[in-house]
Amino acid sequence: MAGVEIGGLSTVYPNGVRAVDGLDLGVVDGELFALLGPSGCGKTTLLRTIAGLEQATDGKVLIGGRDVTREQPGSRGVAMVFQDYALFPHMTVAENIAYPLRVRRAPKARQREVAERTAAGLSLSGLLDRRPGQLSGGQQQRTALARAVAVEADVLLLDEPLSNLDARLRLEARTFLKRLQRELALTTVFVTHDQAEALALADRIAVMESGRIRQLGTPREVFQRPADTFVANFIGSTPMNLLDGVVRGDGVECVGALLPLPADLADGTPVVVGVRPEYLTVAAEGIAGRVSIVENLGVTSLVTLECAGGTLVGLTVPEQEEPAVGDALHACPAPGRLLCYGEDGLLLGAV
Amino acid sequence: MAGLGVARAVGFVAPALLLVGVFLVFPALWTLYIGVTDYQLTGPAAAAPSAVGLDNFAAVLDDALFTNSLWLTALFVLGSAVVGQNALGFALAWLLRRVRPWLRRTTEGLVLLAWILPGPVVAYLWFAVLSRDGGTLGLLLDDPTTAWLVQYPMVSLVVFNVWRGTAFSMLLYTSALAAVPPSQLETARLVGANGWQAVRDVVFPHIRGHVLTNTLLISLWTANDFTPFLLTAGGPNHESEVLPVLIYRQALEGGRLGYASAMSSLLLVGNLVVALVYLRLLRRRA
Repeated sequence: MAGVEIGGLSTVYPNGVRAVDGLDLGVVDGELFALLGPSGCGKTTLLRTIAGLEQATDGKVLIGGRDVTREQPGSRGVAMVFQDYALFPHMTVAENIAYPLRVRRAPKARQREVAERTAAGLSLSGLLDRRPGQLSGGQQQRTALARAVAVEADVLLLDEPLSNLDARLRLEARTFLKRLQRELALTTVFVTHDQAEALALADRIAVMESGRIRQLGTPREVFQRPADTFVANFIGSTPMNLLDGVVRGDGVECVGALLPLPADLADGTPVVVGVRPEYLTVAAEGIAGRVSIVENLGVTSLVTLECAGGTLVGLTVPEQEEPAVGDALHACPAPGRLLCYGEDGLLLGAV
Repeated sequence: MAGLGVARAVGFVAPALLLVGVFLVFPALWTLYIGVTDYQLTGPAAAAPSAVGLDNFAAVLDDALFTNSLWLTALFVLGSAVVGQNALGFALAWLLRRVRPWLRRTTEGLVLLAWILPGPVVAYLWFAVLSRDGGTLGLLLDDPTTAWLVQYPMVSLVVFNVWRGTAFSMLLYTSALAAVPPSQLETARLVGANGWQAVRDVVFPHIRGHVLTNTLLISLWTANDFTPFLLTAGGPNHESEVLPVLIYRQALEGGRLGYASAMSSLLLVGNLVVALVYLRLLRRRA
């Protein structure tokens, strides 16, 4: 077991692209850590650099306190599950799981024993003699996980572990993955572009963009207090409302409403007000608008208000309180959930 | 009915079929036919050949020159195709995956050049390299006494054919390797597999079919290759007389067309047997 320390890490591709750009990061021993970001943000390159599949241009990677920056992938003590699982199609499930032992020339009996034991832990017992082609997507994923945990690696790396599964299976696999990680207490870093997956699985999340970390925190912190407008935009299944406002006295004038001001700012400073649709409620006062669209999300509905100057503001309402299209109403932010960003996009405060 | 209709379709393919018939099917059948006659290039038997049954075949199998050629051909195929071109072609394809694009393109271009140049041109180039009198290799090694083509004729032929034919294997393996999922190779690297283990456990199972197809094709091409005649003409003293060379010399220098045709038929049977073995291996994979 070991943590991962990354200091000043850069990975530059031969074509000059800085996929990872002077990045610092610490993953604690036993933690389930998510690297989250849009495609091309460098999250997969970072994962591959930890694994040693990409060569770091600059900086250090430490695993369990040992500098492995120049070590071969095979001697870093990492195991990795690829997005396509990378199962060997000509080997049975048992042979796939025991492959790391075969490379180390372990006796055949020991290979079989480890394969059986690992398979039992991942509900694969009846499938040991099948080929990957005869397995369902979920079984293939579990086989790949079994191969990765069959030898005791210090760190488990997962590249988009759930993206090749269909929607229903994905939820099951998510729960399974989290339970497995808790049982093994194995330091795990996974890459995902799906914010819901990161929020649900991870102990901590690093939100990445252009090879840098925009925010590092627990799912709650990242969801409730996004450090900048990029993260605010990226996290959340319904996009956060980001509205232009101007400081007026001790409040913010925003879409015709005067909202509380979270920080001490000079009169007339332009700011961006951020509030999630989930944290807006229908009230007697607040942002005034007319209902233009109602989208049913199941337990709640997403209502889009058309406000002064044509600005659109989203809020969610409980299923019984759905307004009719054309209704005029006010939306008021929940206490502590109104975020205020400066012109540079950085969080100034919440109120 | 859709399409041209049978009559017009036949009309369109007829010219091609005619050419194939005249230049491929007829000579092949003709070879089989004269193999059972005493047909000669000149003399009375040229005018009026008579059927001799399987006498030619019996005589061929009893002929020390034929046995010698058979052995040399097997050596030639094994050394230059099955081992030489296969191994070098795979090695080039494997190593060129990771080098800089300009180096890969240059190497591939040079290897391909050896393949697309006409046989007589290439043979002349190698003659100039290996010849004793002012040959390039002799000059490079500062050794004006070794006549490579005379003293080491089979080695020279094997090296020549590897040099000439590797391009095909290289191209085939390059595209085969592109179909091996990178994540599987990376998985092997991550569990600490060395290069040989990765090839054995990950690459080879993926390209098994390509290896068999490639080996079959280059084996047959090499077994039927006539270019050795241009380098050594079978000499010295039959030491490099592979079957196509022996057949040519029997037919056109010895004038024994029937006898040489029997040899050709046996070479054909040999090719068929080799092809059947490969096909059996291929099918067992599926």
